[in-house]
Amino acid sequence: MATARILDESKVLELAEPLPLDGGQSLPGVRIAFEAHGTLNAAKDNAILICHALTGDQHVVSNHPKTGKPGWWVRMVGPGKPIDTDKFHVICANVIGSCMGSTGPASPSPDGDPWGMRFPVITIRDMVRAHIALLDALGIEQLHAVVGGSMGGMQALSLAANFPDRARAFLVLASTARHSAQNIAFHEVGRQAIMADPEWREGDYYAHGRGPEKGLSVARMAAHITYLSEEGLTAKFGRRLQDRDEKTFGFDADFQVESYLRYQGLSFTGRFDANSYLYITRAMDYFDLAEEHGGRLANAFTRSKARFCLVSFDTDWLYPTSESRNVVHALNASGVPVSFVELSAPFGHDSFLLDVPALDRVVEGFLNQ
Amino acid sequence: MSALRPDLAVIAANVAPSSSLLDVGCGDGTLMAALRDEKGCDARGMELDPANVGACVAKGLSVIQGDADKDLAFYPDKSVDYAILSQTLQTTMRPDVVLEELLRIGRKAFVSFPNFAHWRVRLSLLWNGRMPVTRLLPVGWYETPNIHHLSVNDFRALLKERAIDVEGCWFLSGDAKCSPAAANFRAEHAVFLLSRKT
Repeated sequence: MATARILDESKVLELAEPLPLDGGQSLPGVRIAFEAHGTLNAAKDNAILICHALTGDQHVVSNHPKTGKPGWWVRMVGPGKPIDTDKFHVICANVIGSCMGSTGPASPSPDGDPWGMRFPVITIRDMVRAHIALLDALGIEQLHAVVGGSMGGMQALSLAANFPDRARAFLVLASTARHSAQNIAFHEVGRQAIMADPEWREGDYYAHGRGPEKGLSVARMAAHITYLSEEGLTAKFGRRLQDRDEKTFGFDADFQVESYLRYQGLSFTGRFDANSYLYITRAMDYFDLAEEHGGRLANAFTRSKARFCLVSFDTDWLYPTSESRNVVHALNASGVPVSFVELSAPFGHDSFLLDVPALDRVVEGFLNQ
Repeated sequence: MSALRPDLAVIAANVAPSSSLLDVGCGDGTLMAALRDEKGCDARGMELDPANVGACVAKGLSVIQGDADKDLAFYPDKSVDYAILSQTLQTTMRPDVVLEELLRIGRKAFVSFPNFAHWRVRLSLLWNGRMPVTRLLPVGWYETPNIHHLSVNDFRALLKERAIDVEGCWFLSGDAKCSPAAANFRAEHAVFLLSRKT
């Protein structure tokens, strides 16, 4: 049996043609870093595309090259796991605009210097166009499924709307069809923190040996709060003090939650490019699937013949259940087969990445059809 | 379809092959799966309990977690051949509104419910003076999900008042059928196939 097999390390595809973008420009020399696991069958119809979230990457199950930590979804993807690599050929590509091998603001521009802020503003649909270019290069006409959480879910919805024949099923976790004012507001806090850092240098910091690490760290801290639930933070930290018996009457990280956030912020700067953070959060803020389809979300799915499944979490206040329901109602209005469930989990938005056995059952059940 | 609960078996036997349907309060999807697998129906469902929704998804069914009292409004008019409400009517906040929604969404509607005027229920109330706890109504008054008790005749009166047509009706006592005339006294369960002209 003639089956292609892609080894378990990151691959890089370089596109021959410039990638047309929603902003009107074209991006030349686009590179797409991706990983693939499990065997692609001869019919090439058992592939699943996993779309990663804002600061995720293609290392869905392999160790992260900078942090050495296990892949971001090892609990969900692998042999015998809910997304079973014994059955499916699982592909995960780094989005354009990111910094883990796919073309982004830190990549060299045609003049040899990093793009910096000369990198064009991209959209979720532009990220999806790059995914489609990858599928074309791999000779995969139709995916078994597209799976994504958070920003990955936005890519899945955009792919469903713009390339309805490229997948038979879409699984969208903890996501939304548009960024709300509150979502945009939190992202703007993060962007302003980065741009207020003198080390940002209008985005032209690559030659200076250091970037806006303080700003990026603050951006991550603010964002990280939105990924957790109040209940989860209280259970994990409460008002407990960090390695001390009394408050110091100073501005050290007295509280455990402060120490935790500072650690999250700092460790993030070691693995992520600040300009990528600006560009990707912008792409998310610009996302409004209804706007792209005459203001009516149901219009986005009228050509769809695929199955859909949406999952939300009761403690997710970043993309709350109402956002998923909004998508479900639109799919219903288009007569598209859709399942939806709100699962109970204490972890807030991050629930889709964490130990929620009910989610495993839904994912496995939906994909094995 | 012998494994189905008696009222579901009646519905399953009377659904046209290859039709589309929405099962409101579909539970773990037993009826939907049977209609899909044995009659080639395009079955969709709505269910309140997330564990049941998960079970449906695992069967390859398309089920939306939702509440019959709130979430039917989002379904387009006449979008399915049948809207099905099995043993759920008496648990809704506004059974009359839910009934109207079923007939808006479906060209026809199947509704099944337990008959609270069954002689055993009457006898229990008459003799004991307590709200009946029977084989069919096994839960005490303070924790029963049945918040709108109705009889076969109550339902018939509502249909008449709302000008809803009865296309078929089936009355069950255990596994046996009983006549429409005796139904209000003898039937444990009733199944109605409804439609509305216009």
